[in-house]
Formats: sequence, structure tokens, C-alpha cells
Amino acid sequence: MNKSLGATGLILNEPLLWERGKKGRCGFSMPERDVDSFPLDGDILGEGPDFPDLSEVEVIRHYTRLSQWNFGVDTGMYPLGSCTMKYNPKVNERHAALPGFASAHPLLPPVLSQGILELMFELEKYLAEITGMDAVTLQPAAGAHGELTGMLLIYAYHKKMGSLRSKIIVPDTAHGTNPASAALCGFRPVPVKSNEKGVLSPEAIREVMDEETAGIMITNPNTLGLFEENIREIAEIVHAKGGIVYGDGANMNAVMGIVDMGKIGFDIMHLNLHKTFSTPHGGGGPGSGPVCVKSHIEPFLPAPRVIEKKGKFFLSDEFPESIGKVHTFYGNFGVMVKAYSYIRTMGPSLKRASQLAVLNANYIKETLKGTYDLPYDRPCMHECVFSDRLQEPHKVTTLDIAKRLMDYGFHPPTIYFPLVVHGAIMIEPTETESKEDIDRFVEALKAIAKEAAENRELLLKAPHNCRVTRLDETTAARKPCLTG
Amino acid sequence: MKEIGELVIPGDARYAEDHEWARLEGEDVRIGINDYAQDQLGDIVFVELPQVGDTFEKGEEFGTVESVKAVSELYMPLGGEIVAVNEDLEDAPELVNQEPYEGGWMILVKPSDQAEWDDLMTKNAYLDLLKGE
Amino acid sequence: MRFLPHTDEDVASMLRAVGLTDIDSLFSTIPVDCRRTTDLNLPEALSEWQLNNRMNILASSVATFPEYRVFAGAGSYEHYIPESVSYLLGRSEFVTSYTPYQPEMSQGTLQAIYEYQTLAARLLGMEVANASLYDGATALAEALLMALRITKKKRVALSSLIHPFYQQVVRTYLGPTGVSIDEIPYDKDGRTDYASLKGMEDCAALAIQSPNFLGSIEKLREAADLAHDNNSLLITAFTEPLAYALIKNPGSEGADIACGEGQSLGIPRSFGGPGLGMFAASMKHVRSMPGRLVGKTLDEEGRLGFVLTLATREQHIRREKATSNICTNNSLCALASAMYMASLGGTGIKELARLNYDKSEYLKGQLKRAGFSIPFKSATFNEFVVEFPDGFESTYKQLLKQKIVAGLPLAPWYPELYNHYLLCVTETASKEDLDTLVREVKS
Repeated sequence: MNKSLGATGLILNEPLLWERGKKGRCGFSMPERDVDSFPLDGDILGEGPDFPDLSEVEVIRHYTRLSQWNFGVDTGMYPLGSCTMKYNPKVNERHAALPGFASAHPLLPPVLSQGILELMFELEKYLAEITGMDAVTLQPAAGAHGELTGMLLIYAYHKKMGSLRSKIIVPDTAHGTNPASAALCGFRPVPVKSNEKGVLSPEAIREVMDEETAGIMITNPNTLGLFEENIREIAEIVHAKGGIVYGDGANMNAVMGIVDMGKIGFDIMHLNLHKTFSTPHGGGGPGSGPVCVKSHIEPFLPAPRVIEKKGKFFLSDEFPESIGKVHTFYGNFGVMVKAYSYIRTMGPSLKRASQLAVLNANYIKETLKGTYDLPYDRPCMHECVFSDRLQEPHKVTTLDIAKRLMDYGFHPPTIYFPLVVHGAIMIEPTETESKEDIDRFVEALKAIAKEAAENRELLLKAPHNCRVTRLDETTAARKPCLTG
Repeated sequence: MKEIGELVIPGDARYAEDHEWARLEGEDVRIGINDYAQDQLGDIVFVELPQVGDTFEKGEEFGTVESVKAVSELYMPLGGEIVAVNEDLEDAPELVNQEPYEGGWMILVKPSDQAEWDDLMTKNAYLDLLKGE
Repeated sequence: MRFLPHTDEDVASMLRAVGLTDIDSLFSTIPVDCRRTTDLNLPEALSEWQLNNRMNILASSVATFPEYRVFAGAGSYEHYIPESVSYLLGRSEFVTSYTPYQPEMSQGTLQAIYEYQTLAARLLGMEVANASLYDGATALAEALLMALRITKKKRVALSSLIHPFYQQVVRTYLGPTGVSIDEIPYDKDGRTDYASLKGMEDCAALAIQSPNFLGSIEKLREAADLAHDNNSLLITAFTEPLAYALIKNPGSEGADIACGEGQSLGIPRSFGGPGLGMFAASMKHVRSMPGRLVGKTLDEEGRLGFVLTLATREQHIRREKATSNICTNNSLCALASAMYMASLGGTGIKELARLNYDKSEYLKGQLKRAGFSIPFKSATFNEFVVEFPDGFESTYKQLLKQKIVAGLPLAPWYPELYNHYLLCVTETASKEDLDTLVREVKS
């Protein structure tokens, strides 16, 4: 197939929900009324919401049409850097929807929810094995929530040690969630720059680490797709001053079965089940951000925790040093089911997934090098970061390149992040993309580079094949219209 | 982005390193951001200003300007009390882009130390600073 | 492995392209002392049908409706979810997409979230709702942080009848901030006792849940007046938003922020998650709100379209000064609730809410008639408290064997409410189910 994937299809217009329907319709099978109506005080009675009345057919058509304006992993390659848009296995969805899981009330007595507790218990064990850490909490609902949990753990640890610390080291390549999570716990983020190789040098950390500093938040592999090779020495520097090393595991997909996160000095780290463990992103969520810790942090983990006694499973609150709850119940169980299914499907060949994810990224790096500027020309992990420097003379930017990729039938990579690369183009293919798809993606990016030199208008006006052209974000922000 | 030669930098105002302008009006000083700053920021979508009566020292943050994907802090070119803020910017932040020295002004300040005025750059000194950047 | 498309030939030719001969050398930048020395000690891979078996075994050990009659709510509600909603929610264009950073390729998600924001705002009677947060408890914690930001005060007052788990999450979140938390006791009618509140001036917010944890409908208007007289904000929390199709919504009662759990609007219980953190406020506070927002705009050719907007509040731009660290919105859950609200419509949702109320009142009446005490007089929606006689514990256990969960004991959270149980009735319980329950608890 040499033709571009991009094409226009039969896409229908669709009004807003409330521009459809007619008073008196209902798309819901109302249960029969088998009891009388009881009086209700007029002071309490409200008017009820102003919703449109729609039939089931109208609801189905409305959302089916909206869905057709969207692009997902099932549509095509979605190489968003740092987001790990791998294929989401379909059988996992079925498992999460099994009535025993999907309809379970969270406050059932343990005797009536054994299968759920067992699944959670086993998942914790698997995640501990994969990371090399000692204990796991599944409560955090997302990556940033895991980070916040991690910061609360660090706060609790230092409090116990009798030293309240005010600062935390955050490298300039970090996700914005890192400093924001630290700030929620009252820690002042202290930025450090990465060196000319794109990684942190021990000297930079030694310079800022002191006994006022609670620890460091470090993403490894980092957001440039590079392994922080000095991690052990950095961890020793931080530990020597009584600090804690927090690992952001957003990029764990590069190193499953390869790196021992415990051995490299992480005391706490979070995982993103919706990245590494194949649960779908759902257009922004729900996710799940388990936190894995070493034994010295374990007493502080959120409660309740799943425990086992004589082959039976229970939820226990008997952890007096626990930071408490971070989620209404026990976290996003529905997401955990899918990650569990994935791990049981892959088994030890999770390592193979990481190897192929890294192979795919390096292959892209090598084949696009020269066409696009590669600021850090070193072996990468699961993602590689280019810039628009070579296209600058043609007055074409990363944004234009990204928009033009849509016309070729690909979702654009992450752009303008990490901030340390001007005009960054951050590509993460994941292991589930085949060589042919990657070749097609590379060809598209090469064709776009050629267009940039010869016919820049094509890029400036892109995308041409989507339902809408570029949108006026300035007016959207100046005069926000957030409800209809 | 404009070239330095295209920038409008009026001679009747003084300038700070963070690209604010200041203009004497009787005893008070009117303050905004200059043509270079508004051009660098791009379309401004929101301006956050202090309240009348607040006081700030020279160099302190008195507000922020936002474009679609960036936030920049605004710093006092000289210390003093806020005697007026430009309420028009609430509904029309684009004035900062369209007429940075007129309708796009931000605050009126009663300076606490007249000497700080003298430390601000003249048009030529400021243009030299830009050329150096 | 069916998700890994690489043939040996592919791997060999790709390795050649990167100038390597074996796959291990891809990891040469990782120092040897950072590497694992052993293989992953995980159970061997299962085939799809082996895995189905395993999952069926685990799931079938769990007590769920309709085999079990579970009269328990307390923040997680059994409502019928139309097949059309589950079906639509399976559309992979919604399921397998990311946060809509590239609006031209994500108009489906964006319009759907804009519509969700609109329906949520209308249901709660508020001016603006965000694209959703994680769940009810974290939404309340975020609301309190927002109030602290707006008012610059360092104290908050929380009703003791806010879901105990929500209170616990709030304490975890606020722990390191040094903010003091006042707990407001409840009165004999099962409502928050505003009269006991003293010295509100330095409070950033007064937080009240309605219907509260005991099911009682609170006098929100009084709370709003009290908060506003003291220049603080009224935050109203909820666990059962279906109630607002029947009773007055938080906005009409004067709430500044309305937040809570949207699970009951078409989202499966899933043992407590994922849920839907609903969050709404007045427009004047929009720039202090946490979470994503979708706004309406036009494209270059004047066509209607939607984008993520006011992003300068968020962590990816403002980093440590952001209004929250949150990055997620529970988009798919928000979508489920929008589909659910759309399926019901304005007429249907009122009818459904009324049915919940009537069935719950029916059970309340039957229990009273059977001689049990309903200790709190306040009006309720679909949950209420019953006081059972001493020794009911063993009846409760006996009923579990008969596949009936007769509510939840309140004593673990409110030790003074010994023998008090919180019962919940939704449209899924028939009159016959309710009569059976009354007969069984009596015996």
C-alpha cells in the first residue's frame, strides 16, 4: 500500500444534543410504577433539569456520528510521546464488564467480594515484581494522583523522622504534574537542568541537595526518551542527605523486565496502568496510577489495604501510620481488571514488549535523522525527540508539521514538550506498531519535510481532510463559552 | 515576530528590563507592557491585575498576562501604591496587543520613591538592551 | 504474542537499520548495575480462553444484583444502565483516543464533553461545570483547595454528615497545608446543626452534603446565607445527583461550588471506581477552577468547533502555580453520564427520580408499620436510616445467606448510631423485593 492513508470519508454533520429531540420522548426503559406516589414538601421540590427529550435512536445516532469525528488507537498510529498509546486488547474490556466486577458494591462484606480482593492482591504482587519494589497501593486514580500520593508519603516519612523539609528537586525535563503535585504538599520545587547529553549529572544534584530538601522527583527514562544513566549516584547523593527518591514511572514501558527500579535507588514510584499496562485512555481518562514503594515507606501507604489471611482476603485499616485515603473507595477497580488481564496475557513476555517498543523508537530515530533535527543523537529508549530547526528557514513550525500529519492519516506526536527542546516533536510509537506502519509514518514525515521546502502553504493551511480546519483558540479563551 | 526596526517604542516613556513601560502623569505613573512584550506574547487572552490600594515594591509581581498557552508575570518598574487599574482589559484583553501604550495600559501608580523613576531606561537605552538580547 | 506484530525478519532488518546486531544492545546506555539479573517472575501467559475462565471464576464469587438484593447505597448506587449507553460507550473512537490535544482529530470527544459540561451545569443549577475530576471525594478536596485559594483564608468547616470517606480524603489532602478543619455536628433530625457553628469569619468555606450521608435533605439556603454573611463560600457535595431531578439543585440554593460523585448517572459501580468527579461553580470563579474545560469556538472557515480552553490554569503550563496537579478528566465516565442523561431526557429523569423517592418512601412506611424506628424526621431521597432492635446483627448475617444485603451498619462511622442501618432503594427494587425485605427483617 503506497497510497497515503489520509482520505476524506462519509462524515455527517450533527447538531448539539439539545438541538435534537422533542418534548415527551424518552430513550430509557422506565420501570413499571408498582408503588403509590408519596407527598413531598414544596420547599424541597425543585424544577428538574432542562434536558432535551430524545428517543433511543436519536441518542445512538448522535453519539455514533460524534465518534466518527474522533481518531483513536484502533483507527491508526497514535505516536504521542510520553503517552504510550499502545493497542488496548478487547478481551480486557469484556472482563471489566463481567457482572461480578462491574456491578459490585464497594462496601460488600469481604466474604461476598473475594474474587475482587484476590485480583487486587495479585495485581499488587505483579506490579511489585515488575518494578522491583516491595509494596504497592492501587488507590491513586491517575498518574498525577500517584505523584500526589508519593508526595504525601514523603511528607509523612520526614514528619516521622522529625524533620519537616521545604523543598524538592524537579528536573527541567519533568512533566508539569511533578512540580504541581509537589506544590500541593507545600514543597517548593527546585529546578535542575539536564546536561549536554540530555540527562542529569550528579554534580548538578550535589549542588542543590541539602537537609532542607525532601527529595527528588525523577522520570526515568526521562521525557527526552533517555535513560538517566547516573541514577544510582544521584540516588546516593539524595539518600546521604536523608532525602527520598521519587520515580515517575510514566515511561516504564521502555524497561519492563530490563531495569530493576528498586536497585537504581527509587524509594517510591508510580505506574500508569493506562500507559504501560494497555488500559485505554478513554479520551482523557479514567486511568489508574498505582504507587510502588520500598519497605521503609510501606507503613505510610494509603489504607485500607488488601491483606490475605489463610487464603481469604480482607480490607484492613490497621495501619496507624498510613497517610489515609486518597480515593473515595479503593481506586479505579474497573481499570485494574484490564491491567490484570493484560499482565496475565503477556506473562514474562512483557520484557519483549519493552524491547520492541525501544526497537521501534530507535528505528524511527535513525530513519528520520537528517530529515528532522535530532538534538540528542544518542540511543534512545521508547521515544525520540526531534525539533523543527531544519524547517525554520522555510518558516514552517512544529505545529504546521503536526497538523499536516493528520492529512496523511496519523495522529501527530506530542509537540512543544519537553520544554528544553525548542519546537519539540516527541515520538513514541509503542511496541504494537508494525514495521510497515512505521515505515508509512516515516515516509509521511519525509514527504512533509519536502513539502515544507517546496510548498509551505500546504502545511500552513493543514489539516485539509479533518471535519474542521484549525480552530480559533484565542477567542475561545478570551470569551469563554463553556456551556450551551 | 517584529524586527527591532518595526517596534514602536515611544520616546515619552521610560522602560524596565522586563519590558514594561512607564509614563509620568503629574505625580502618578501609568504602566503597561511595551510593543516588544505584546508581540512576543502573541494574542493576549487574559490580564490579571491587582486591586486599587495594594502596594508593591519595585520588581515585585503585580499581575499576570496570559496568551493561549503561556502565562507571564508582570513586575513593578517602580514601587508604589496602585491608584487605578484598567478595568477595560477584563472584557477586552486584546487592547494590550492593539494599543499597548494607550487603551492597553494596566495600572496607575503613586510612586513611593521618586528616585526609582530615574533608574528606568530611556527609549535609546532600552533599544540598546533589545539589540543586545 | 498477538499484540506484537514483529516477525523475526522485521526485527533483524530494523536492527540492521539502527546499526545493531542483537536486541539487547538497544539497552547499552543502561549501566549494568541498574539492570535486572533475573527474568520476570510472573505466571506464564494465558490464552484468551484460559484467561476468560480465570476471570469468570474470580467474578462469579462476587455478590451482585440480580442474584443478590443489595439495599446499600452510601456513595455507590444501583441504577439500571440502558444497553444503548453501554453499547455507545464501547465505540473505540471514544475509548482508544487520548486527551483531545489535537482538536481537529478529536471533535467527537470535545463536543461530547462540552455537552456533558452543559448537562452537568443544568442538573446542578450552576453556571459552569468542568470536564470532570476523578471521583466525589477528590472533587470535594479540590473544591476546598479552590475556596482556600479564592478567599486566602486558612480554615474550613465540614459537616459531619458528609460521606465519611470524603471527609477522610479531605483530611489526607489538607494534611500538609496546615489548614484547620472544623467538623460541624448533626441535629436530632439528621441534618447538619448550623446553630453550633461559631466564628465563621476566618472560614474559607462551609461544606455541606445534600442529600447527606444519612440520606437527609439539608437546608442549603440557610447554609448559603451563613457562608455568604461571613465572606466564605458554600460548597455543596453530593453522592447521589439523581436527587436534583426532584429536589432543588445546589445552584438555586446559593452554592458557590457544587461537587460530588456522578456514578449514579449511568456508570457501573465497579467496586467503587472508576467514578465521575463532578465539579461546577459560578463563572466569576472559573479561572480558579481545577481540571479541564472545553469551550466553543469557530474554525478558519467559520464552522462550529470545540477546543480545550483556559489551559493556563493547568499544570502543563503553570506547573507549581497551577490550580491543581490534575491532568486526567474521567472523560469516558463523563461521556457515559451524558449519554445516560440524554437517554432519560428532562421528562424521564424527573420520573425516574420520583420513582426512587416513592419506592424508598414505601419501604420506609412498611418498616415503620412493622414496628421499626425511623429515627430522623427530615425528608430523604432514596436513602434513609432505620434503627433495628438489639441483636439485629445476627439477622443481618442470616440475610446475607439468603442473598439479601439489608443496608449498611452505621456504627463503624458513627459509633453513637449503634443498631442504625442505612438503607437505599432505587428503581431496580420491585415492590415485591421491598415486601420480602420487610418480612425477612421482621422474622
